[in-house]
Amino acid sequence: MTNAGTGPVFPGIAGRLALVTGGSRGIGRTIALSLGAAGARVYLTSRTLEAAESVAEEIRAEGGEAHGLALDLSQPEAAAETCQQLAKSTRDDGGISLLVLNAGMTRDGLIMRMGLPAWREVLDANLTGAFVVTKSLVPAMIRGRFGRIVALSSIVARIGNAGQANYCASKAGLHGLVRALARELASRSITVNAVAPGFIETDMTRELPEATRQRLLEQVPLGRLGTQEDVAGAVLFLLSDLATYITGEVVDVNGGMAM
Amino acid sequence: MPTADEIRAKVVETIAKSFRLEPDQVSDDKSFQEDLDADSLEIVELVMALEEEFGIEISDEEAEKIRTVGDAINFVTERAAA
Repeated sequence: MTNAGTGPVFPGIAGRLALVTGGSRGIGRTIALSLGAAGARVYLTSRTLEAAESVAEEIRAEGGEAHGLALDLSQPEAAAETCQQLAKSTRDDGGISLLVLNAGMTRDGLIMRMGLPAWREVLDANLTGAFVVTKSLVPAMIRGRFGRIVALSSIVARIGNAGQANYCASKAGLHGLVRALARELASRSITVNAVAPGFIETDMTRELPEATRQRLLEQVPLGRLGTQEDVAGAVLFLLSDLATYITGEVVDVNGGMAM
Repeated sequence: MPTADEIRAKVVETIAKSFRLEPDQVSDDKSFQEDLDADSLEIVELVMALEEEFGIEISDEEAEKIRTVGDAINFVTERAAA
């Protein structure tokens, strides 16, 4: 198996079927590209097929295998249907065995100004969405007696963030989901973990005023924002055969800001 | 419409496949939990396999009452006749 990328080679990724939700931009895109470079057969989702397919095309251009899928996790019933279709169409290949629950959204506001729709939409997309995707894909992992599930959380699940009650609750909820599933599925060699990034270089943090940026950096012992590759590295490690004995964990990738 | 014998054979085959046994090891009196050493995940897998094989839906309450191979055969036979 050739390794199209220049990153580290993680054993146990090549040839396996992987799904990355929210794989068209940001950290999800970097994870999808890394998986493609490592030789996984990548399915990646976005709200629109065009966005998902454009990243799939990038992976294919590098010699990898990738398929784009439209998936809107803020509509859990419809999303469940799509995932069951995917489970069916991949069944003969053993099903998806590497699952990255990355899709997430924010709708920030102080609690006094946060309406029920903003609360529900974020909980649906970030937490219920993770539940429905996982529920659809777990039967194949159980049949195959193997699976790796990694959910993307956030440092704010642990330390909180004013204006993000819905987002923080959804990410903290993922930690509970991860731990329950880790116990439920352990007997079938399925591991379930979360990765919790701190301050990462994204479109959002790039636009911050310099003073705000400096204030953020003062909280980070390693003295820089994290890169998307820093996060993808932890995710690929947990998906790989190097992490066989790690389950039910939340792995912090935050430069030491919350020891 | 499959006959009772055909249903029986299919259920036994599904159970044998789920538990990696030979069909002749799957007799009516065998309890999934005690004799076939099934854990809770295996019982859920079997229920899902039966649902898929026979195109039926088995509720959690109904699934709880299926404890032996005979229970499974009787349940599917009744449901398939309905």
